[in-house]
Amino acid sequence: MIKIDSIKKGIVIDHIKPGCGHKIFKDLGLHKVDYTVVLIKNIPSEKMGKKDLIKIENEIDLDMTMLGLLDPNLTVNIVENGKLTEKIKLKLPEKVKGILKCKNPRCVSTIENIPDIEFTLTDAENKIYTCEYCDTPVKA
Amino acid sequence: MPGRKAKMLKDRHLIQPGDFTVEELKGLFELGEKIVENPEKYSEACRGKLLASLFYEPSTRTRFSFEAAMLRLGGETIGFSEPGSSSVSKGESIGDTIRTIGCYADIAVMRHPKEGAPLLASKKSVIPLINAGDGGHQHPTQTLTDLMTIRSYKKRLDNLVIGLCGDLKFGRTVHSLVKALSRYENIKFVFISPNELEIPSHITDKLDSKQFEMTQNLEGSLGKLDILYMTRVQRERFFSEDEYLRLKDFFLLNARKMEKAKKDMIVMHPLPRVNEISTDMDTDERAVYFEQAKMGMYIRMALIMQLLGVE
Repeated sequence: MIKIDSIKKGIVIDHIKPGCGHKIFKDLGLHKVDYTVVLIKNIPSEKMGKKDLIKIENEIDLDMTMLGLLDPNLTVNIVENGKLTEKIKLKLPEKVKGILKCKNPRCVSTIENIPDIEFTLTDAENKIYTCEYCDTPVKA
Repeated sequence: MPGRKAKMLKDRHLIQPGDFTVEELKGLFELGEKIVENPEKYSEACRGKLLASLFYEPSTRTRFSFEAAMLRLGGETIGFSEPGSSSVSKGESIGDTIRTIGCYADIAVMRHPKEGAPLLASKKSVIPLINAGDGGHQHPTQTLTDLMTIRSYKKRLDNLVIGLCGDLKFGRTVHSLVKALSRYENIKFVFISPNELEIPSHITDKLDSKQFEMTQNLEGSLGKLDILYMTRVQRERFFSEDEYLRLKDFFLLNARKMEKAKKDMIVMHPLPRVNEISTDMDTDERAVYFEQAKMGMYIRMALIMQLLGVE
């Protein structure tokens, strides 16, 4: 097994579905940073069979709404002085602003510049959100 | 305290039927009924007030209803009836338009082909804004009109069996009315439509299974209804011409079929009617669709007064 050093201060994103780590890595913009980040793929996992994992050796503001939307089953671990100080279980956010786009061609958002459209979770099982303007369902 | 009720809606917007509570609606209907009883008493209620009617798409009926309402309250109106005659044609945003209009008028009414446009405008508006229809999405004053008509004829909004007939799939009027009526006690719905135009599941999902039934049989349903709400069945909604011709008469109401209905059942229609209600129905006193249009003006009068906070 490849040995990756523990981080002293930073964030570990755990329980990423195998194969999805790269997308989350890119969506968080980690491919552009100049501090230490590690993406590990296909780690054997008792619970999941296999999983991906991301380690970030830095204090950053993670967009939990965006992460929850990408995968509500993730765990975010906060590490300080080499010790786990907080474990955050993500879930699908009830409201999402400025991330999703409405696909209804009759929606006002197609003709007006609205940067912060709010979508509300209406079907958690299928990850369905509805647009605040036209109530059209969108799959996240 | 009537004064207190009027103030409850002062400076609010009406974007969708659910914006007002059942209690707030009750106050609105009570005022509407007072206006019906004595319209003269309110003929100066909005003297000196200005209503802006912003119609980004033509809708003569709704625009006339709002403008007649304001004029009958002693107020004045300004506005446009198509976007080509406004700054919109120069690329002005909805937000900028409503903010500018707010400098001139006391209240605004907006009809727009894009869904959600009035909600977007209400976020920028400094004056009360009423949605007069946004595409196929919401048309809350039609719902208020329908509820006021039912209250007027049935003296209640609970314990009713209402049949909705015709295009139940695309008809926003029907969807809004079902949502609005389901807030009252013991309402039963009979959805009468061809399979192609049946009520969407996102509407029935919110109802108890005992609260509704779906059928294609208009004639067989009439005997149990307190209210029949008719809508247009449009040819272009059908997959084939044969299918349209086969089904269209099932959803046509005439004097012969009305013999099966209760003596006090009322027939409503949001208008315009095409051929789904035969003209031989017009002399039947249970046909209230033209009276319904008049109720639309009265409830808009009540709405304008309450949003402006005038007594």
